[in-house]
Amino acid sequence: MNPLVPTITTPSGVWNPLVWLMVFLLSLIIALIIYMRGEKTRKKGMQAGVFFSGDRPPEGMDAHIAAHNIGWGFMEALRPYYRAMRKMHTGIINDYVGWFLGILAVMLIIFLFWGGA
Amino acid sequence: MNPWDLIMNNAPALAIAIPLLGAFVTPLINRAGRKAMLVWVIAVLAFTEFIALLLVYQVNTYGIQVYVFGANPHTLTVPPDSGGIPVRIIFTIDGMSAFTALISATLGLVVGIYSVGSEKFQTAQEKFFALLLLLVVGMMGMALTGDIFNFFVFLEINSLAAAALVSYHLNKGKAVEAAFKYAVVSSIGALMILFAIAILYGEYDALNMAMIAQRMYQTGFSTYDMIAMTLILVTLAMKCGAVPMHYWVPDGYGEAPGGTSAILVVASQASLYGLFRMSFTVFGLSANTSSLGWFMIILGLLSMFIGVTMAFLQHDIKRLMAYHAVSQTGYMLLGVGVGLATLGTAAFNQYGLYAMEGGIFHIINHALYKGLLFLTAGAIIYRVGTSDLNKMGGLAHSMKFTAVFFLIGAFAIAGIPPFNGFASKLMIYESVYQLNPFLAIVAAIVSMLTLASFLKVFHSAFLGPKIYDVKEVPKSMLFAMSILAFFIILFGIFPNIAIHYLVAPAAHALANPLGYITKVLGGGA
Amino acid sequence: MIFNLPFITVIIVMFFGFYAMVFRRNLIKVVIGLDLVESAVNLFLVSLGYVKGGVAPIYTSAPSTHMVLPTPQALTLTSIVIGVATTAMLLSFCMVIYKHYGTLDTRKVRRLEE
Repeated sequence: MNPLVPTITTPSGVWNPLVWLMVFLLSLIIALIIYMRGEKTRKKGMQAGVFFSGDRPPEGMDAHIAAHNIGWGFMEALRPYYRAMRKMHTGIINDYVGWFLGILAVMLIIFLFWGGA
Repeated sequence: MNPWDLIMNNAPALAIAIPLLGAFVTPLINRAGRKAMLVWVIAVLAFTEFIALLLVYQVNTYGIQVYVFGANPHTLTVPPDSGGIPVRIIFTIDGMSAFTALISATLGLVVGIYSVGSEKFQTAQEKFFALLLLLVVGMMGMALTGDIFNFFVFLEINSLAAAALVSYHLNKGKAVEAAFKYAVVSSIGALMILFAIAILYGEYDALNMAMIAQRMYQTGFSTYDMIAMTLILVTLAMKCGAVPMHYWVPDGYGEAPGGTSAILVVASQASLYGLFRMSFTVFGLSANTSSLGWFMIILGLLSMFIGVTMAFLQHDIKRLMAYHAVSQTGYMLLGVGVGLATLGTAAFNQYGLYAMEGGIFHIINHALYKGLLFLTAGAIIYRVGTSDLNKMGGLAHSMKFTAVFFLIGAFAIAGIPPFNGFASKLMIYESVYQLNPFLAIVAAIVSMLTLASFLKVFHSAFLGPKIYDVKEVPKSMLFAMSILAFFIILFGIFPNIAIHYLVAPAAHALANPLGYITKVLGGGA
Repeated sequence: MIFNLPFITVIIVMFFGFYAMVFRRNLIKVVIGLDLVESAVNLFLVSLGYVKGGVAPIYTSAPSTHMVLPTPQALTLTSIVIGVATTAMLLSFCMVIYKHYGTLDTRKVRRLEE
């Protein structure tokens, strides 16, 4: 196996990053060509207002979507799961040790039955 | 004997001795000024890196290396008058050890360079760098040693140095709280390992891993072995941050100063190495590898899913990345667990070995890109002064290089081609689904959630209007980040460089415990 | 030895330690629990190395060849030294936490919780 050949063969396929890169660059060039063939007469600087129904776009921190707003829908959909998770992550050192000892006990019992050859 | 031969012959000892000596001399050299101390630390780390590269070269060229402390010649593992017992402390370096040592040394060097800039205005820097060197000693020792008690000692060095590093910035006590939790959990785990070592010693009269493995194989797997195995494996799983024993990970990584979180990732990976070493080499011959493998697979699945979903909830940039570290550890456990579950069957050669290679490749990839991400997080905190994502925004206006490095790291962790994360994830997906398609499905979903979560970070930290008027970070920090970014792209475009020289030897070494045992016990002078 | 008494002691002391670590709500008591576990493990190591009627392995003036292998003692010594370092570090962490938080209650020392 020559280490400089980028192809890796998996049990069910082949992956070559160089081929991928070439296809990616090619598609970029095609996209650029399409973009260049677009309408030449459009004016710059006018479009932004459209998204705000003609209002002036907000400035500073108001124009920024802070982190806690991103992925809100995902967390809302999984609310019961997250409630359980929050309950699990107490941050109390006794619980950290308790979980470790608990897993230790469970694995002792499991390996007692299925651990040996 | 000329110096080159001296270094070649004593490389395993130097890998420990140089950083250990360097750590204790650092405060002395600091008396001569900060610059001299920094030059010294970087020189020591660079030399350690050189030794680690030398070890990789030796293992790849000459096979498994043994180094016996206090013996003449240093390859005399079983002295003729010892009754067939390796009485001395033996370092055994096979592909997996050299692999882990190389990662530890590399990240140590990178974090050292980074900390020159990021800790510039802190007090007691010499103690910081001494602890950093000690942490490197702990990781190198865990990776190289072939003696189970020695492993415990280096594990303790690793834990203590890491806990002290976490508490380095007092930060109104929060960092100390994190360090306390980390230290308590590590210590109880290390004590459990010591208990298991005592059991094994009482049973087999030996502390050498190869000797224990051989005697266990000869006498059969007893209940005591089972207890010792459970104690060791569960503890090391906890130390590498597997769910549901991962609670210390976000605390520790989240509060560690600057770039040190990056090296804590590797410190956990040294425990991961221990987990693999114990389960393959020490217990692999005697125990039921299928149930051990499924133990790892289940821990891996839980870590992947719970890690990434909890990361979604976070608004502290380092805590978020720490949960991703938990999640990525799941991939490694999954890949190697599939290898372990199929060990000794026909399926091992079909896809098991391949899954192992994927899992091990993911270790180095994770060290690189999670290291890079933690370094960028450290850069953001260095300039902005807060780690709260809700208060960040628009940093790409002024910190252009940091933003690019962050994007490289984020694309790599999300498995977007052509970065290195994709190569190892592909290897894991395409092999584990043959054991059970469900495994690959969970892995793919987790990868998507990872991308979503890093989009959130990128958007809230770097995009948007310019809020903070900050400068780019110092050059040493950028240089450290660019080293990691370079290797991420290199391993992404030419994955075979890593697979050929590092990953495949490591996977084959793990899969062949008999070779390890024969080298230690059968070799002699 | 009578009824394996040292080993029974090991288990009892270890469980006291575990109890303190899981159910005591004071950071110092958690550290004490950790030390109890450590003492138990050390006792286990030492009692493993016990040989009835054995002498110290000093070859020059040993009265008999019935000698004790010094490895368990060496392991215990190492473990004690490591334990001292750990305890000192944990207790100093406790001091800093108390200084900043004003409490050592584990239910209140959780500003990182999320």
